[in-house]
Amino acid sequence: MTTSSSSDRSTGSADQGRIDPSASLGAETFRRPIPDLTDVAGERSAWRRLADVWDFRWLLVDLVKRELRVRYKGSALGFAWTLLNPLLYLVVFSIVFRELLRVQVPRFGLFLLCGLLVWNFVAGSLNGAAGSIVNNRSVVLKVWFPREVLPLASVGAALVNLVLQGIVLAGGLLVLRNAPDWSRLPWLFAAVGVLVVLCAGLGILVAALNVAFRDVEHLLEVILLAWFWLSAIVYPYASVSDRLGEREWLAAANPALPSVVTFQRVVYHPPDTEILVQREAELAAFRAAGDPCVDAGTCALTPSVLGEIDDRWMATRLGFVGALGLASIGAGLTVFARREREFGEQL
Amino acid sequence: MSDAAVIVEGVSKWFKLGSTGATSLKQRLVTDRRREDEGFWALKDIDLTVEAGETFGLLGHNGSGKSTLLKCIARTLTPTSGSIMAAGRVAALLELGAGFHPDLTGRENVRLNGSILGMQPAEVDARMDDIFEFAEIPAFADVPVRHYSSGMFARLGFAVAVNLEPDVLLVDEVLAVGDEVFQRKCIGEVRRFQREGRTIVFVSHSADLIRATCDRAAVLDHGRLMMVGEPPAAIRTLRDLYLGRGEHLADDLRRPEVLVQRASARITGVRIDEIDGRTWRRPGEPLVIEVGVEIDDELRDDVVVAMEMHDAEGRRLMGVNSHLLGVTPPAATGRHTALFEFDRIPLLGGVYHLSFGLHDPDVSTSFDHRDQKDTLRIENNTPQEGLVDLSPTIRWFKGN
Repeated sequence: MTTSSSSDRSTGSADQGRIDPSASLGAETFRRPIPDLTDVAGERSAWRRLADVWDFRWLLVDLVKRELRVRYKGSALGFAWTLLNPLLYLVVFSIVFRELLRVQVPRFGLFLLCGLLVWNFVAGSLNGAAGSIVNNRSVVLKVWFPREVLPLASVGAALVNLVLQGIVLAGGLLVLRNAPDWSRLPWLFAAVGVLVVLCAGLGILVAALNVAFRDVEHLLEVILLAWFWLSAIVYPYASVSDRLGEREWLAAANPALPSVVTFQRVVYHPPDTEILVQREAELAAFRAAGDPCVDAGTCALTPSVLGEIDDRWMATRLGFVGALGLASIGAGLTVFARREREFGEQL
Repeated sequence: MSDAAVIVEGVSKWFKLGSTGATSLKQRLVTDRRREDEGFWALKDIDLTVEAGETFGLLGHNGSGKSTLLKCIARTLTPTSGSIMAAGRVAALLELGAGFHPDLTGRENVRLNGSILGMQPAEVDARMDDIFEFAEIPAFADVPVRHYSSGMFARLGFAVAVNLEPDVLLVDEVLAVGDEVFQRKCIGEVRRFQREGRTIVFVSHSADLIRATCDRAAVLDHGRLMMVGEPPAAIRTLRDLYLGRGEHLADDLRRPEVLVQRASARITGVRIDEIDGRTWRRPGEPLVIEVGVEIDDELRDDVVVAMEMHDAEGRRLMGVNSHLLGVTPPAATGRHTALFEFDRIPLLGGVYHLSFGLHDPDVSTSFDHRDQKDTLRIENNTPQEGLVDLSPTIRWFKGN
């Protein structure tokens, strides 16, 4: 079969009408080495899937670039929006919380920016991931590549944004002459690292679910809204942990919170010693006035911002998020594998 | 068997009816569970082996499952059961320009497209110039794709896919895209792939395309594999299927549109004889056109050589072929010469375009053609004006 047809074929270029030298010489078809057969329809293990993603890491890089490049195409300010966005939030929230609700946090803007940065990463990657496969249906329906790359690219784009907004934050630190807690700087990487793993897992999960149930995207919006208010971004964590007391771990079970608080702890670096001095002074004033609240312990004192956040707290809480993140990757890949079989029909 | 490029084993694909797009939770909750079971087998127990280096056609009417099977091989659909093995890099030309983003430049899109197909940036960059050369739009490399014409878009898509050097190329009716010149270029590329011994799986409902390009073909009907064999036998099976069902025969099953040529007979050259060392003519002079033909397929004793003449405005002045004149070619392979002899050319001045073709008597397969590459110049030395040399005389006398 192959030989009879190859003689036929070697004489091609009929469309040119000119004499093809190789044709008149009867050039032999050269035999290509035949690559090994690989299964293209079967199940792939989670490891195989991760290996495939690694093989397509360039695609991941290109998709991140595309997402960043395309997002602000045609807008006058372009890339500046990435940086303007948190600043605008900052203005609005500062007015509402400081001026109207009178949240007692010194340097509120800086405090807010720390949490907002982390939150923007979580919300950005999950929102992006949820629509990633549906929005890229034209590619998904025509070419095979490990589809997990799509939600991962959303996480990657959000990570780049986090870094850029981090530059804004660093600028803010300079302007306000607020020194971060230099010795604890490495904790920031841990805080981002565990969150990347978590968002990657959750992103893969929501991306796959959203193909079958487009409600997921809308449900996610609601969940993210609730999650935002539960994450001690606009209010000091101490006001929660004080109230929870022994059950403080309950609040820290929110997987976004440890990273938020770590950022606040390290970058915002709350002037808790100043506050302690201030509290002593206030307490002395109450005592001098003979206020009964001194004995009852109910005096209205300037609250501490974060409470006791030490290395141990960060290690255990971030460790927990990391473990949760790995579990979410496993769960995400499993669900993804199951749902992926029907992408072709459901898109 | 070790030379297989694609092995399809017991592949079935179940398509759910109705619920295929059931994409909201509410719908999922409200929909009657039993309705979920309604559906149909788009593919049922397909077993196929495509040998490395062969061009394999998938034939069938709309809904026969041929495109579904191609998508399963391309991995954009997952079969419900069965296994598919493929050797090396599989690239699908399911639709050209898949994944192009309108806001990105051509170059950025090509890079992205390359990585979608699993290439490394360096690999893509090395081929970047070739790709834009091939697509004939080197000047547009840094222009956002949204400013491309649809033809440019399709050309770039095709250029990326063929420059990828896949081991197995899946083609689904894409050759219908673009203008005729580019189509021919695409076909040339497909031929290059064939020469290089790459495997091609072709989906088409064009019997002619399958006959002209494929080594073997499979016929699918309602998701079942009817037969695998040589293209003529496959086309017969398909025809019988249509006839047996009393369906209207597709045009190309009766008189296929000539799209692709099988290279088993070629025009090797065209020469116009000389008079006094010149190839141009004066009105009324004789003309002999020599067409070199090479036939390397013994079965090609039904080759017809044809000629057409057009004037500068594209009007066809004459068309003729050996079949119409009752001339049969010598039944031998190798070099032939066909002489078109004209006693006198009754044309006045002008440049006339000559086209030549080789095809079979009912024009269902074209082997080669040479369109308007040759010209015949005629210099008018007569006192007449216009197109045709009618050699009139005038007699003038008094009275009536």
